[in-house]
Amino acid sequence: MSLFDHLPILVVLIPLLAAPICSLFRHGIVANRIALAAAWTTFGVAILLLKEILSNGTVRYQLGGWEPPWGIEYRIDILGGYVLLIVTAIAALVLSFARRSIESEIAKRRVAIFYAAFLLCFAGLVGMTITGDAFNVFVFLEISSLSSYALISMGKDRRALSAAFQYLIMGSIGATFILIGIGFLYMMTGTLNMDDMARILPDVAETRAIRVGFAFLTVGFGLKLALFPLHLWLPNAYAYAPSAVSAFLAATATKVAIYCLLRFLLGIFGVGFSLGVMPFDMILIALGCAGILSSSLVAIFQKNVKRMLAYSSVAQVGYIALGIGIATQTGISAAVMHMFNHAMMKGALFMALGAVMYRVGSVRIESFQGLGRQMPMTMAAIAIAGMSLIGIPGTAGFISKWYLVTATLEVGMWPFALLILIGSFMALIYIGRILEAAYFGTAKPGIVVQEAPIGMLVPIWVLVAANIYFGLHTELTAGLANQATAALMEALP
Amino acid sequence: MSPDTLLMWMLLLPLFCAVGIVLARRNANLRDGVSVVFGIALFTVVALLANKFSWDSAPVWVLAEPIPGLALKLSPEPLGLLFALIASFLWPITATYAVGYMRGHGETNQTRFFACFALSIFATLGIAMAANMLTLFVFYELLTLATFPLVTHAGTAEAKRSGRIYLGILMGTSVAFLLLATIWTYHVTGTLDFTRGGIFPAGTDKAMMSVLLLLFVFGTGKAALMPFHRWLPAAMVAPTPVSALLHAVAVVKAGVFTLMKVAVYIFGIDTVAELNSAQFLSYLAAFTILAASIIAMSKDNLKARLAYSTVSQLAYITLGAMIGTTAGVVGGSMHIAMHAFGKITLFFCAGAILVASHRTKVSDLSGLGRRMPFTMAAFTIGALSIIGLPPTGGTWSKWMLVQGTLDASQWVLLSVLLISSLLNIAYLLVIPMRGFFGNVKDCEHDHGATTGINEAPLPCLFAIGMTSVGCILLFFYPDGLHALAQEVAK
Amino acid sequence: MYNYWLVVFLMMAGFYVVISQGNLVKKVIGLGMFQTSVFILYISMGKVAGGAAPIVTEGVEVYSNPVPHVLMLTAIVVGVATTSVGLALVIRIHEAYGSVEEDDIQLLDNSVDDFQEVDL
Repeated sequence: MSLFDHLPILVVLIPLLAAPICSLFRHGIVANRIALAAAWTTFGVAILLLKEILSNGTVRYQLGGWEPPWGIEYRIDILGGYVLLIVTAIAALVLSFARRSIESEIAKRRVAIFYAAFLLCFAGLVGMTITGDAFNVFVFLEISSLSSYALISMGKDRRALSAAFQYLIMGSIGATFILIGIGFLYMMTGTLNMDDMARILPDVAETRAIRVGFAFLTVGFGLKLALFPLHLWLPNAYAYAPSAVSAFLAATATKVAIYCLLRFLLGIFGVGFSLGVMPFDMILIALGCAGILSSSLVAIFQKNVKRMLAYSSVAQVGYIALGIGIATQTGISAAVMHMFNHAMMKGALFMALGAVMYRVGSVRIESFQGLGRQMPMTMAAIAIAGMSLIGIPGTAGFISKWYLVTATLEVGMWPFALLILIGSFMALIYIGRILEAAYFGTAKPGIVVQEAPIGMLVPIWVLVAANIYFGLHTELTAGLANQATAALMEALP
Repeated sequence: MSPDTLLMWMLLLPLFCAVGIVLARRNANLRDGVSVVFGIALFTVVALLANKFSWDSAPVWVLAEPIPGLALKLSPEPLGLLFALIASFLWPITATYAVGYMRGHGETNQTRFFACFALSIFATLGIAMAANMLTLFVFYELLTLATFPLVTHAGTAEAKRSGRIYLGILMGTSVAFLLLATIWTYHVTGTLDFTRGGIFPAGTDKAMMSVLLLLFVFGTGKAALMPFHRWLPAAMVAPTPVSALLHAVAVVKAGVFTLMKVAVYIFGIDTVAELNSAQFLSYLAAFTILAASIIAMSKDNLKARLAYSTVSQLAYITLGAMIGTTAGVVGGSMHIAMHAFGKITLFFCAGAILVASHRTKVSDLSGLGRRMPFTMAAFTIGALSIIGLPPTGGTWSKWMLVQGTLDASQWVLLSVLLISSLLNIAYLLVIPMRGFFGNVKDCEHDHGATTGINEAPLPCLFAIGMTSVGCILLFFYPDGLHALAQEVAK
Repeated sequence: MYNYWLVVFLMMAGFYVVISQGNLVKKVIGLGMFQTSVFILYISMGKVAGGAAPIVTEGVEVYSNPVPHVLMLTAIVVGVATTSVGLALVIRIHEAYGSVEEDDIQLLDNSVDDFQEVDL
C-alpha cells in the first residue's frame, strides 16, 4: 500500500498527532505554526480524498487491516467528502486568521494549549465525519466536545466559564443519549459497523428497542446541533468564546452534528423508517419553523453582536432541519447545500467580528458606531457576508434559500415557503442594525481605530469571495449536494 | 458594432463610470464631467441597439448560471429598450443638473453620491435588459441597495429613519412575495424566460395564477401600489436629483416596468384579462390613483406633493397592465416615458426653487413666478404633461389608457381616470398659477434680494429646459415611442 | 432483568440531580451517575446467560460478548475526562465568581451587563 491509500487515516492522524506536539512548546508562535501546517495539510488531503471519491466512488479504509464488522472501518462517501472539505477548509482559514486574535484574547501561557485543544477539536470533527463505525462516532464526538468545552472556557469574559459549564452539562447529556441509542441499535443488530447495521436493521425495525434507540439518538444529536428548543447552550457559548473559536465552532461543529444525524436517519434507519414510520419529519419541520421564527426574533433584540449571530445560527439550523424534514431529494439537498453555505457566511462573519474585537475590544452594537469609515474592509466583509445570510441574490445564501423554497413548493407547503422568506426579512433587520451602526453611527471622538491587520483580512475575504463565487457558480455546492443526497436516498429503500 | 457588443457596453459603461468617478475624486470638475460623458455615450449605445432591434436577432448575454437551467442573462426586447432609452437619456441631463444642484446646495460626500448614482443606473439597465425573472430580481435588489446610500445621503436622524422604511418595504416585499412568486412560477412552468404570450402552459389552474399575480404585484414594492407606497414619500429626504431621476424615473419605473413584464411576458395579456385577481388589482390601482391624489392635495411640502403624485401616476401604469387589453399595455408603456419626462421636470423645478430661494412649501411659492419665470414656465409644462393636456406628451398615454378601459368596458375605471385628471389640475396646476398671479409672500429664507430675477444655477436651467422641451416634442412626435409600445403588445 | 431496572433508576436519579441541584459540583456528580448507568446498560447487554468470561478456555462453549465490555472501557475513559474537565471548570468558576452556586453566578452575570474580564 502506498501512502496514497492511507489518506483517510491521515486526515484524522495529522491533527491528532500535531495536538500534543503543540502543547509541548512554551511559545505560542511555534504552536501556531505547527497547527497551521497541520490544518493546511489536512485540507490538502481532504481535497485529494474528494477527488478520489468523485472518480472512484466511496473510499473505505480498514483500521489496522481488520475486516469489518470486527474492525473499525472508515468510510467516506460523497456527502462525507463534502463535509470533510467544509471542516478542513474552515479550520485552515480560521487558524490562519487566529494568531493575533488569540494573542490578544488569551493569556500568553495558555496559547500553546489553546492550539492543542483546537487541533483536538478539529480531529474529533474530522473523525466524526469519516468514520463508518457507530461507536467511533461517539468517541470522536466526545473528543471534539471535551476540547470545545476547554476552548470556550478560554474566553476573556468570565461568563465564558459558566457558558462552557452549561455546554458541558448539556453536551454530555446529549452525548450519553447518543451512546444509549447506539447501545440499543447494537443490542438488536449485533454490529457497530454502520453499513452492516443498515443491512440488518429492516429485519428488526418493528421492535420497541429500535424505536427507543431512534428516539435517544435524535434527541442526543438534536442537542449537539442546537435544534430548537435544545439550543439553550449555544448562544452563550458562541458569544463568550474567543473569536476564533466562535468562528470555527459556528461554521463546523453544528454542521458535523447535522451530518451525523443525516447518516443515522437516512444511512442507517432509512427514509422510510425515520421519516415515515416515526413521525420525525413533522417534528423536524415544526421545530425548524419554530427555531427560525423565535431565534430570528430574539436575534433582532440582542445588543451583543456575537450573541446576535449565535441566535442567527440557531435559526439557520432551523432552515436545515426544515429541509431535512421535507424529506424529498430537493429538500435534503437544499439542507446539505445550506450546511456548506452557512459555514462560509458564518465563518466570515465571526472572523470579521474577531477583527473588530481585536481592534475595538468589544463587539457590542454601540462599539460599531462609525466603524464603516475606520475599518472599511472589515465592515464591507460583514456587509457582504450579511447579505449572504439574508439571501440577497448573487450570494451563496440565495442559492440555498432558492432550493429550500422550491422544496417546500414541490410538496405543496407554500406557507412554509413564506415563512422561510419572512425569516430572511428578519435577518435583514438584524444585519441592518449592525450596518446602520457601522455606516451611519458617529465614532466616539478621540478614539482612533485602525483597519484590521492584513493577516486577518485575507482569510476573511477568502470566505467572502467564496460567498460570492458560490452564489454565481454552483457546480460544486449544488452539484455535489444533489449527488450526495441522491446517493444517500438510493442507498436504502 | 454588433448588437452583442452594444448590449455588453450598455452594462459596462455605467459600471466603468462609477469606477471613473471614484478615481477622479480629487478633481471635482473632472469627476462631474465623467458622469455626463459616460451618460451621453450610454444613450448613444442604447439608441443604436434600439435602432437595430428585431425579435429574430436579439443578442443574448449570459452572465452566469447559478442554478442549472436558469442563467443570469440579458437580452433586449421593446419594453426594456423603451425603459433603457428613457433612463439613459435622462441620466446625463440629471448629471448636469446635479452638478449645479449639489454645488449650489453645498452638499458633502459628492463622490459617493455620483458613484452610487452611476451604480443605480447600472442596476436599472440590468432590470431593463433582463431576459428572465431571476436576472430581473437580482438587479432589482441591486438597485435597492445602490440607491440606499443616496436616500440616506444627508446622514441625519430623519434620513436614517427614512432609509429604514425604504429598505424595509422594498426589501421586505421583494424577498417575501416577489421571490416566492418567482420560485413558485419556476416550479410550475420550469422556466422564467420572458416569452411573448406568457410562459404558463394552457390549462394551468386559474386560482393559483391569481394568487401568483397578487404575489408578483405586491412583491414589486417599487411600483408603490397602496398599501406598499410609504417608502416613496420617505425617500424624498434624498437630494433632489435623486428624487428626480431615481424616484420619478429609474426606481419607480423599474417597479411598474417589472409589473408590465410580468403581465405581458410571464402571464400574457390575454391570460391577465381572465384572472380574478387582476380585476381586484385594477380596482386597487384605481383606489391608489384617487387616494394618492387626495393626499397630494393636502401636502404643503412641494416634494411630498410630487411624491404622492408619483404614487398616483404609477397606479395608472399598474392599471394599464392589469386590465388586460392591448391599448392598456400600450398606454401603460407610453406612460412610463411620458410620466418620466413630466415628473423629472417638476422635480428639477422643485430643486431649482430650493437652491435659488430656499423654499420647500407650496404656500411659500406665491409670486415666485416673477422671480423665477423660466422655472415656473417649465413647471407648468411638466404639470400639463402629468395632467395629460396638449401640447404635452402626457396626452397620448392618457388617451391610450382611456382607450384601454373602454375596450375592457370598465366604466368605473374610466371615470376614475377622468376624475383623477381633474384632481391633478387641482394639486399641480395651482402651483404655477399662484406663482405667477399670487402676491409675493415674504419668507424668512429670503436674504436681501426679493425683487428681480433670481434663477437657479445654469446647469440646472439647462436640464430643466431639456426635459420640458422633451415633454412638448413628445406631443408632436410620439410615433417612435408608440411603435415601440405597439411592439410590446404584439 | 433487575440490572435493567437499576440502569433506569440510576439514570433518572443522575438526571434529576443534574437538573435540580444548583451546586455545580453536585451537577458534575449527577452527570457521573447518569453516565455510569449507561456503562451498566452495556455490560448487562453483553452478558450471555450462562456464558463464561470471554477468555478461551477448554471445555467452555458459551462465552459472554466481550465487545460491549471493551466499548465501556473507552466510555469510562470518556466519563473520567468529562468529570475532570467539569471539575476544572468549576474551580475556575470559583476563582472568577467566588461561588459554585448556580443562582449566585446568574445573579452576578445579570447584575453587570458589561464586559467582565477575568485575570489572565
